[in-house]
Amino acid sequence: MNTATDVADHHEHEHGAPSGIMRWLTSTNHKDIGTLYLWFSLFMFFFAGALAMLIRAELFQPGLQLFQPGVFNQLTTMHGLIMIFGAIMPSLVGFANWQIPLMIGASDMAFPRLNNWSFWLLPAAGVLLIATFFVPGGALAGGWTMYPPLFMQGGIAYDMSILAVHILGISSIMGAINIITTILNMRAPGMTMMKMPLFVWTWLITAFLLVAVMPVLACAITMLLTDRNFGTHFFDAAAGGDAVMFQHIFWFFGHPEVYIMILPAFGIVSTIIPAFARKPLFGYVSMVYAVASIAFLSFIVWAHHMFTTGMPVGGQLFFMYTTMLIAIPTGVKVFNWVATLWRGSITFETPMLFAIAFVFLFAIGGFSGMVLALVPVDIQLQDTYYVVAHFHYVLFSGSAMAIMGGVYYWLPKWTGHMYDERLGKVHFWLTAVAFNITFFPMHFLGLAGMPRRIPDYALQFAEFNMISSLGGFLLGASQLLFLYIVIKCARGGLPAGNRPWDGADTLEWTQTSPPPYHSFVTPPLVK
Amino acid sequence: MQAHTDHDVYYVPPPSIWPLVGSVALLTLAGGFSMLLGKMAAGPYVMALGAGILLVMLFGWFGAVIRESLDGKYSSQVDVSFRWGMVWFIFSELLFFAGFFGALFYARNIALPMLADSQLLWPGFSATWPSAGPGANAVPTPVDAWGIPALNTLILLSSGATVTWAHWGLQKDRQFQLKLGLALTVALGIVFIALQIHEYAEAAFTIRDGIYGATFYMLTGFHGFHVMLGTLMLAVILLRALAGHFTPGRHFAFEAVAWYWHFVDVIWLLLFIFVYWL
Repeated sequence: MNTATDVADHHEHEHGAPSGIMRWLTSTNHKDIGTLYLWFSLFMFFFAGALAMLIRAELFQPGLQLFQPGVFNQLTTMHGLIMIFGAIMPSLVGFANWQIPLMIGASDMAFPRLNNWSFWLLPAAGVLLIATFFVPGGALAGGWTMYPPLFMQGGIAYDMSILAVHILGISSIMGAINIITTILNMRAPGMTMMKMPLFVWTWLITAFLLVAVMPVLACAITMLLTDRNFGTHFFDAAAGGDAVMFQHIFWFFGHPEVYIMILPAFGIVSTIIPAFARKPLFGYVSMVYAVASIAFLSFIVWAHHMFTTGMPVGGQLFFMYTTMLIAIPTGVKVFNWVATLWRGSITFETPMLFAIAFVFLFAIGGFSGMVLALVPVDIQLQDTYYVVAHFHYVLFSGSAMAIMGGVYYWLPKWTGHMYDERLGKVHFWLTAVAFNITFFPMHFLGLAGMPRRIPDYALQFAEFNMISSLGGFLLGASQLLFLYIVIKCARGGLPAGNRPWDGADTLEWTQTSPPPYHSFVTPPLVK
Repeated sequence: MQAHTDHDVYYVPPPSIWPLVGSVALLTLAGGFSMLLGKMAAGPYVMALGAGILLVMLFGWFGAVIRESLDGKYSSQVDVSFRWGMVWFIFSELLFFAGFFGALFYARNIALPMLADSQLLWPGFSATWPSAGPGANAVPTPVDAWGIPALNTLILLSSGATVTWAHWGLQKDRQFQLKLGLALTVALGIVFIALQIHEYAEAAFTIRDGIYGATFYMLTGFHGFHVMLGTLMLAVILLRALAGHFTPGRHFAFEAVAWYWHFVDVIWLLLFIFVYWL
C-alpha cells in the first residue's frame, strides 16, 4: 500500500477542473460529463416540448388551424423521437454519471475517455436530427416507430434519421458498457452487490438492457436503410419479406427500451422516498429481484404493441399473459414504496412531492397498461388517444417527474447550494396539476375513439381537446420555472452542507457539496 | 508495475481531445453518407474526409492507450475493467447478428409459409427455400455449402487454432511462436476474405434477389466485414508483438483480439449451418 508513491506517480491528474471551453470538450471527469448530459437533455426537453406545444396548438380546436397534415406528422414523430432519445435517456445517463461513482465510492467511471465520447456523440446525432427539418421533404413523419412500408416513401430526412439513431445507439452501447464495468469493477472495498444503493442496481440492469437491445435496433434500421437504398427486400411481401417482421424486430428493442426509460426512474424514487420518510427502503432484496424480473419479462412481451397487425391467437394469448405478469413485480415495487412511507417520519420537500406523485401517477399509467394488455380491448384502443394517455402517464409522470424529483434531490450536492424550496413547490404543483389536465382527458378521448397522429378530429372531441391543450400550455410554461430554479440554484443560494437531507445515507453525502473535482481517489471502506 | 497492483489508485486519464475528434468524424461520415444517398456530388468526398478524421482518431486514441499501458499506468483493476468492457462489447455484437438471424428465421418459418397458406394474393405460391418471394420469376440458386463455404469453415477453425497456439507461445514467453502464430492467423484471415470475395463474384444471385438474397448478403456481408476488422486488429497485434510489447503476464490487447476472433468464428459456424447448409 505505497500510497505516497502512487499519488506522486499520478500527479498529472491530481489537478482541479481545467478552465475554459476545453474543460467540457475534452473532459474525462464523470461529474463534468454528467453535467453535460443533464444540460443537453434539458435543452432537448425544451426543444421537443416546443414541438408538443405546436401539436396542442393545432389540436386546440377542430379543423386545420396551423399545419398541414404532413407537417403535423413531422411534429408528432420528432416530438417522440427527441423526447425518448434526446431528453429522457440522456438525462438518466447524466444521473448515472454523476451518482454511480459517488454512490459506490469509485474515483470515476471505468472508461473516462469513452464516457466523454458517449456524450459528444449526442450533439452530433442531435445536429443530424434537427437538420432534417430543413431538408427537402421535411423531417421524419411516419411515427417514431419508423414502420415500413410508409417509411419507404419518405425523403432524405429518413436516411439522415437512421444514421442519427445509429450514432445514438453507439453512444448508448458505449455508455452502458461503461456503466456495467464501473458497477462490477469499481465498487469500494466492502460494498457487496447487495449493499449497493438501489439506484445503482436499477442502472446495472438498465445498462444490461441497453447492451442487449440497442444492437437489435441498429439491425432493424439497417434493414430499413438497405431496403430504401440498396435493393434489399426485407419488408416487401412480393419478394418474400414481411413488413410485420420489422414490427417484431423493432418492438423486441422497443419494449425493453421503455423499461430503460423507467427503471432508473424507479431507482431515483427508491432513493428519495426512504430519505424523506427517514426509514430504510422496505424490502430492498425484493426490490432488486422485482427490477430484474421486470427486465427479464421485457424481452418476452414485445408483440403486445402489435395485436392488430395480425398474429395467431396462441401468440396473442402468450403476449397478453406475459404482459399482465409484469404487474406482479411492479406491484411489489409500489407496495414497497408505500410500505417505506408507512409510519415514516415524513416531510414534504420538493423531491418527496415528486416521488409521491410518481408513485400515484405511475400507478395510473400502469393500470391503463393492464387495460391495454387485454387483447380484445387493445384491438379497440389501438392507435387511439387512450394509448397516448397511457404512455404519457408512464413517461411524463413516470420518468420525467422522477427525473425532476432527482434533480431537486441532488442539486444541493451538485451545486453546493440549496434550490429555492418555495419555487420548487410551486413548480411541482403546477406540473402535477397541469399534467393531469393535459393527459387525463385523453383517456376519455381514446375510449370515445379519437385516433392519434391526426391533426383534425370530429366535433364531439372538441371540449376535451381544448381542456387538454390549455393544460398542455400550462405544463409547458411551468417548465420555464424549472429552468429558472435550476439556473438560480447553480448560480448561488444558501450553502447546502455535506448532507442537507437528514434521512439520506448513501456515500455521496459523505463528500462536500459540491464534491471535490476528484472524489474517492482512495476508495472508502464500506462496512 | 508491481507498485500498482493494489486497489488504491485507479488511473483516470487527463483530458483528451480524441473523443471529440471521434464525434466530428462520425458526424462528417453520416453527413457525407446522407449527401451520397441524396445524390449530391460532394457526398463521397465528405465521407472520405470523415473516414480520414476517424483514422486519425483511432491512431491517436489507441496510441495514447498503448503508451499509458507501456508506462505501467494500468493497475490490475484497470485490466479487469478492460476485460469486462470487451466482454460486453462482444455481447452487443452478438445481439446485432441475432437480429439478422431473427429476420432469416422469421422469413423462412413464418413469413413465407403464411404467404403460401393464404392463397388470396398469390395463388399457387409455395414456400420453398431459397425463395425470392411470390413476385419473383425464378428461385435463386444457392451457393453449394460443401464448396467454398466448407473450405472457409476449415480456414476459420484453423485460424482459431493458430491464434490459440500463439497465445500458448506468449504465455511461455516463446516470442517466435507468438509471432509465427499471429502471422499465420492473419494470413488465414486474408485467405478467408479472398475466398469470400471470390464466392460473391461467382454467386448466381444478388442482394436484390428477394428475401434470400437480402438475408444471405446481409449476414455474410456483415460477418465478412467483421473478419476484415478482426484481421486488421490481428495485424496491429502482430506489429505490437514484433515491437516486443507483450509479456507473459501482461497482454490484454492480445487476448481481447483473440476473443473477438473466436466470436467471429462462432458467428461463421452459425452462418455455415443456417445460411449455407440447412
